[in-house]
Amino acid sequence: MYVSPIREPLVTGKKTYKKITDEISAPIEGKAGKAWYAGITLTVSALLLGLAMMGYTIWQGIGTWGLNKTIGWGWGITNFVWWVGIGHAGTFISAILLLFRQKWRTSINRSAEAMTLFAVMCAGLFPLIHMGRPLLGFFVFPYPNTRELWVNFNSPLLWDVFAISTYFTVSLLFWYVGLIPDIGTIRDRMKSKFKKWIYGLLSFGWTGSAKHWQRHESISLILAGLAAPLVLSVHSIVSTDFATSVIPGWHTTIFPPYFVAGAIFSGFAMVLTLLIVTRKVLNLENYITVGHIESMNKIIIATGSIVGIAYITELFIAWYSGVEYEQYAFLNRATGPYWWAYFIMMTCNVISPQLLWFKKLRRNLVFTFILSIFINIGMWFERFVIIVTSLHRDYLPSSWSMYEPTMVEVGIFIGTLGLFFTCFLLFIRVFPVIAIAEVKSVLKSSGDQKDKSETKEKH
Amino acid sequence: MRRYISAYFEDEENLLRATKDLRDKQLSIQDVLTPFPIHGLDPILGFKRSRIPTIGFIGGAIGCIIAFGFQAWAFVVDYPLFIGGKPHFAIPSFIPITFELTVLFAAFAMVFAFLIRSKLGPGANNPIHDERITDDRFMIIVDLDEAGNQDELVKEILLKEEAQEIKVKEIDK
Repeated sequence: MYVSPIREPLVTGKKTYKKITDEISAPIEGKAGKAWYAGITLTVSALLLGLAMMGYTIWQGIGTWGLNKTIGWGWGITNFVWWVGIGHAGTFISAILLLFRQKWRTSINRSAEAMTLFAVMCAGLFPLIHMGRPLLGFFVFPYPNTRELWVNFNSPLLWDVFAISTYFTVSLLFWYVGLIPDIGTIRDRMKSKFKKWIYGLLSFGWTGSAKHWQRHESISLILAGLAAPLVLSVHSIVSTDFATSVIPGWHTTIFPPYFVAGAIFSGFAMVLTLLIVTRKVLNLENYITVGHIESMNKIIIATGSIVGIAYITELFIAWYSGVEYEQYAFLNRATGPYWWAYFIMMTCNVISPQLLWFKKLRRNLVFTFILSIFINIGMWFERFVIIVTSLHRDYLPSSWSMYEPTMVEVGIFIGTLGLFFTCFLLFIRVFPVIAIAEVKSVLKSSGDQKDKSETKEKH
Repeated sequence: MRRYISAYFEDEENLLRATKDLRDKQLSIQDVLTPFPIHGLDPILGFKRSRIPTIGFIGGAIGCIIAFGFQAWAFVVDYPLFIGGKPHFAIPSFIPITFELTVLFAAFAMVFAFLIRSKLGPGANNPIHDERITDDRFMIIVDLDEAGNQDELVKEILLKEEAQEIKVKEIDK
């Protein structure tokens, strides 16, 4: 196949198929380093703190949070929306970029999808805890019950239940189907009998037969085709939690596309945060190249600009609508008591990604890493601004109020960060972080060999 | 007695050419085992298009009908309840859940179809011909007749494409 020599190679270091298998399996076979143990100690401590705070909330009740009658949604729902949003980059990379035949996705899709699963797990915890009595959480499902009532199918909160649970399930299926051949590879490399048995069980008896590959390719493509509208629907539905209400500042039709763009924006930031560290620690610089980082940065500019335009459109429409409540909501957002949150949001999400127009900065790892953290913070504040500033000035000035999180809420948030990173650290020790088979299939067309037959092992 | 010959290649292009030659000579290829999907192999082996998309469509259609039908039945027939003055049969607000369940059912249908048809699953005990197949070897297994008349022809084609470890195996049935 002819490939233009101008194109940046996706796999560098003159790899052969054998080398790819060896290098990507290395983190699973080798012993964990000190950094890994230090990392997991930290993340498990955070997780334990979170669990303690969750237990305290459930034991004592939701009154341990800083919420009040005016501001009924605070950090809990902010964190929920933030985590769901982060998950969306994984599906975007593995589904939408697969449909667009973007070969650079092959190096990052596996870890990004894993990130999706862990982020959605963190997200799902918040509505559950927010119920106050999570043991009755099953009430959200429409099952025949002694109360003789059905759940409210007209409510976006119920749509959320279906959207998030379907999203998690389909992402898990998609991820696992993609993993099967690679688990087969790990199985065939394992020396210990026990590990071989475990990976054998997980590999579902994969043999690499041509007919299996044909079905595997077919199912991957169709699952991607299904996951692509799914990921768009999930955050659209999350946005209707707000948009279908009559709160000024929430009641806007722009929310679904604006939330989806914001989700992919924040998700890519998190992918960058994780992968810039992972590629270095696991010596995968030849697979996740600076070119990959640059491609992701380009998506960040695109989605970041959409988010910026959405903010400005919101402001314009608030003024143009002539509705004074709407106008006040936005004026108060920018200049009221929470102006600092609005300022952080605007700086991190609208201004900072624009720096990526410079190619030097797009390809600078340290800059990208710092920027990705800025975006993570900015996107968290976006949800905080939307939720808290819209609620804290109620219709009656007598019920105007302010909101501050308690240590319990902060602890639960830190706990979910702990859960997320613990899962990720375990993942990199157990499964291949890069889709081995997929990288091999793009090696000849996008590797940096001069002679394309060099993929053969020399004897 | 069943006889077959196995060999491996180090490059997928040799595999493709050898497979094509073998198919042209009307030899029966039992299986081709590769570390990653090889483009252009399916038509040479004469595979029909996979029916997984059809199964996905059927699964999705079932999910769609179940989800929409259930919501309509619950809200119109079983327990018509006024919620904010909205109509009982509120089609637009049934769409999100209908869509989600369509995707869910289609995904499950396809994954189960894939696993069942390929005989894959937890505890599946498929023979592993060579542990290097999932690494960097492209293996081919060709059926031979009992008399051994085809042996030379097959070996010749395989050798021409630099096949290695050519082995004839016999299984009693």
